[in-house]
Amino acid sequence: MACKNNNVYLMHKYLDGELTKKEEQQLRSHLQSCNACQHHFHELKRTVTLLKSNSHIQAPRNFTDRVINNLPKEKKRVSYMRWFKDHPVVTAAAIFFIFMFGSIFTAYDQDTQLSVTKNKNLIIQADNTVIVPEGITVEGDLVIKNGDLKIDGSVNGDVTIINGEHLRASAGDISGEIKQVNQIFEWIWYHIKDMAKSVFTLTYK
Amino acid sequence: METMIKDKIKQVKKGDQSAFEDVVAFYQNRVYQICYRIIGNSHEAEDLAQEAFIRAYVNIHSFDTRRKFSTWLYRIATNITIDRIRKKKPDYFLDAQIKGTDGLDMYSQLPADQPLPEDEVESIELQNYIQEEIMKLPAKYRSVIALRFVDELSLNEISEVLDIPVGTVKTRIHRGREALRKRLRHV
Repeated sequence: MACKNNNVYLMHKYLDGELTKKEEQQLRSHLQSCNACQHHFHELKRTVTLLKSNSHIQAPRNFTDRVINNLPKEKKRVSYMRWFKDHPVVTAAAIFFIFMFGSIFTAYDQDTQLSVTKNKNLIIQADNTVIVPEGITVEGDLVIKNGDLKIDGSVNGDVTIINGEHLRASAGDISGEIKQVNQIFEWIWYHIKDMAKSVFTLTYK
Repeated sequence: METMIKDKIKQVKKGDQSAFEDVVAFYQNRVYQICYRIIGNSHEAEDLAQEAFIRAYVNIHSFDTRRKFSTWLYRIATNITIDRIRKKKPDYFLDAQIKGTDGLDMYSQLPADQPLPEDEVESIELQNYIQEEIMKLPAKYRSVIALRFVDELSLNEISEVLDIPVGTVKTRIHRGREALRKRLRHV
């Protein structure tokens, strides 16, 4: 069987899927004429079939669970992230509230400085009292933060006092409304109204 | 399927364990089969396959996502299986001999709730016989045979998994196939 060696090599090449067209023809024609090689080839193919039949070899049930249970603990951050992904509406609402209240509270906390609407006629005293002097008329709205207001003259507009008091000792004259904001919720409410107001002004302009 | 696995791997890389669950479910049988073909014992195969997945998870950061995940996973599985064979105590072979005498070992190891028609017994005995014949080959041949016939890996992929030249893979497959042909011809 001198023919065998080379042809067996071709058979293996065939089974590896590496046979060229020419070699395939060569092997084919040889197999037709040589019984021994045909038999050999048949046995090889059968061996491959037997080796490939491994469907009965299966990982046991619960294999995946067992693997997962034996894994090191996952990072906390990831499980939070997954929870957020599963609940997008709640997440969006939470983020909205965090930002909204966050910004308002920080604004409330940081503002302990006296601030007054700019007007050259106002007198500001060291004890954070703002005075509208007698005989002076302030044109436009007046906003005072963290200070008291004493009106001896008159204000031609609305007055808002945040964290302060309107000292009514004298008979000052306000043509618009006077608002005093002291509580935190009023402060928030004031902010919201203010925001709404500016939004509407923008739209109407 | 490849892209699905790729996405899952990316999630696992971020530390998501539930994504890894899908990866395990997808590959469990093939990894188990490879381990079984090399080690020849279902309990050890299960143990090794489990360890392979755990190692893959722990070392996922070192996996390059541009490459094929299965190649990387099989490499871990074959490495730990071959390591196990090297460390093995000789008493294991007693176990193998018992198996050869009646062939009922595998049968009794199957989960009890799995339906088993009478006519399947013969094929299980046949499969046990095939595995015994595979076990008579050296381990380095068994790993090549396992990779070639479990997931039909190409010669190039096998060379990558086992980190040996393609020529060596070819020789081992040819010799292994030839040896098994002689042993299985009467089946």
